[in-house]
Amino acid sequence: MAGSVGIVQAKRAAFEEPFRFRSGAEIPRFELMYETYGTLNAARSNAVLVCHALNASHHVAGTYAAHPEDVGWWDNLVGPGKPLDTNRFFVIGNNYIGGCFGSTGPTSVNPATGKPYGADFPVVTVEDWVAAQARLADHLGIGRFAAVIGGSLGAMQALQWALAHPDRVGHSLVIASTPRLSAQNIAFNEVARQAIMTDPDFHGGHYYEHGVVPRRGLRIARMIGHITYLSDDAMMEKFGRALRRAAPGFDFDIDFEIESYLRHQGDKFSTYFDANTYLRITKALDYYDPAGDFGGDLAASFARATAAFLVVSFKSDWRFAPARSRALVKALLDNRRIVSYLELDAPGGHDAFLLEDPRYHGALAAYFGNIEL
Amino acid sequence: MTRPDLETIAQWVAPGARVLDLGCGDGSLLKHLWQRNQAHGYGVEFDDAEVLASLRNDVNVLQLDLESGLALFQDGSFDYVILSETLQTIHRIEFLTREMLRVGKEAIVSFPNFGHWQARLQVLAGRMPVSEELPHQWYNTPNVHLCTLADFEDLCARLGATIRERAVLHGGRPVRVLPNLLGSIAVYRVTD
Repeated sequence: MAGSVGIVQAKRAAFEEPFRFRSGAEIPRFELMYETYGTLNAARSNAVLVCHALNASHHVAGTYAAHPEDVGWWDNLVGPGKPLDTNRFFVIGNNYIGGCFGSTGPTSVNPATGKPYGADFPVVTVEDWVAAQARLADHLGIGRFAAVIGGSLGAMQALQWALAHPDRVGHSLVIASTPRLSAQNIAFNEVARQAIMTDPDFHGGHYYEHGVVPRRGLRIARMIGHITYLSDDAMMEKFGRALRRAAPGFDFDIDFEIESYLRHQGDKFSTYFDANTYLRITKALDYYDPAGDFGGDLAASFARATAAFLVVSFKSDWRFAPARSRALVKALLDNRRIVSYLELDAPGGHDAFLLEDPRYHGALAAYFGNIEL
Repeated sequence: MTRPDLETIAQWVAPGARVLDLGCGDGSLLKHLWQRNQAHGYGVEFDDAEVLASLRNDVNVLQLDLESGLALFQDGSFDYVILSETLQTIHRIEFLTREMLRVGKEAIVSFPNFGHWQARLQVLAGRMPVSEELPHQWYNTPNVHLCTLADFEDLCARLGATIRERAVLHGGRPVRVLPNLLGSIAVYRVTD
């Protein structure tokens, strides 16, 4: 019977050496937040790294003693008897560098000034996230991960692990992702960034010093994001044209359920997420393009990856549509890599990777079950 | 390996070969080819339940629609492209056969023989054939393109493909006399 990992504790790893970003910028030290579930075996061969997407954190599974309502973001996947079975695997969640859930990022104090980094925190990339995670793996004494898994931009980290550290990854599970953003994806990100940066409370990214938060910008950024996470059908199914009030108001208050939903999501997000982190994450997404160094040849860029891959896409995902995953699968096939590919006819849109679908979770359970330790 | 055509296919596949199995079902042929011949490769399957079964069998499976062709695979990238008991369900047979011969050095195709005497008798009696190899009723069959040995050989000639080997079976045994009348399953090895 599948269960929860129960009460968990977040941990902090500190690295007292400088970290150099892909941009060339450097910070003197950094910390990463992480959680672990299950037990590392004696051979240290059963570790699985879980990488999060835009708004999630190191809190992948279980709850906190002080906050029993705070359930991990991928709790339906990770736990004893669940597809990523913590009876068998040692699972690690982490908050990437530049994040805003405790890992060193724009809200952290800059040792040089004694004030938060704010706008001075370097622009991060997927490559930087993986480089920092590799330091965490060293810290935990894990030479090689049985698997690295992620959805969306978490999956870009799983891809990057296979590219940057082929000898340290057995399996790479790439879900609802893409090996590079399209112009349309970048366009959506730019609108989100403009919403934040044109907020009068942004103050060039140094809003902490002014005791304000560019909340309006963050709200709009999140609302735009949410539109791209759901499919047209899923949105229609969930909200339709239902009205929040008895009749149209002929004003600009909330008429439709979808307006209420987006405003609610935007409001909620703007209370807990850092705007400087949001800007950097969208840039990390935009910049990621492993084929870039190979004249756009994706197959050539994957020649160095030796991991086995499971690639999963969802037909209703128009943000990272199945064609992007198929391009990745083709690059792997061209290199004669071990790969399986699922293209599920699931209605959930991009967010389907977080939902519990028996075909999807069944496939992940089967795949993890066959990983030899 | 319960299906007799699969054992024939396994005998034809050279040890260590690269194989693409189209319509791989639960992946049992690929698993068998790996265990018997150390032949390795990928299965292509459309059905969710079969894809899951293939994953459980620890077979590399790609969930794709064969009707859109084999665009993910490079020319000559497999020693064998196998289409076992799937041909009769394909709409664009000419297109897929060409694709198989592009991607594979050889194509292996097996299908139920619609020319078997029992099928002919049933048609003569005014009914669509139902048999062990063709278990469906006309109204619920997934089969859209049934053919006889002679028909398939005509198609190969039309495509300029060469038949390298043929095995005709009935009840798990080879049929050597009047194959198009006495054989219920045919297996072909074809090259460009």
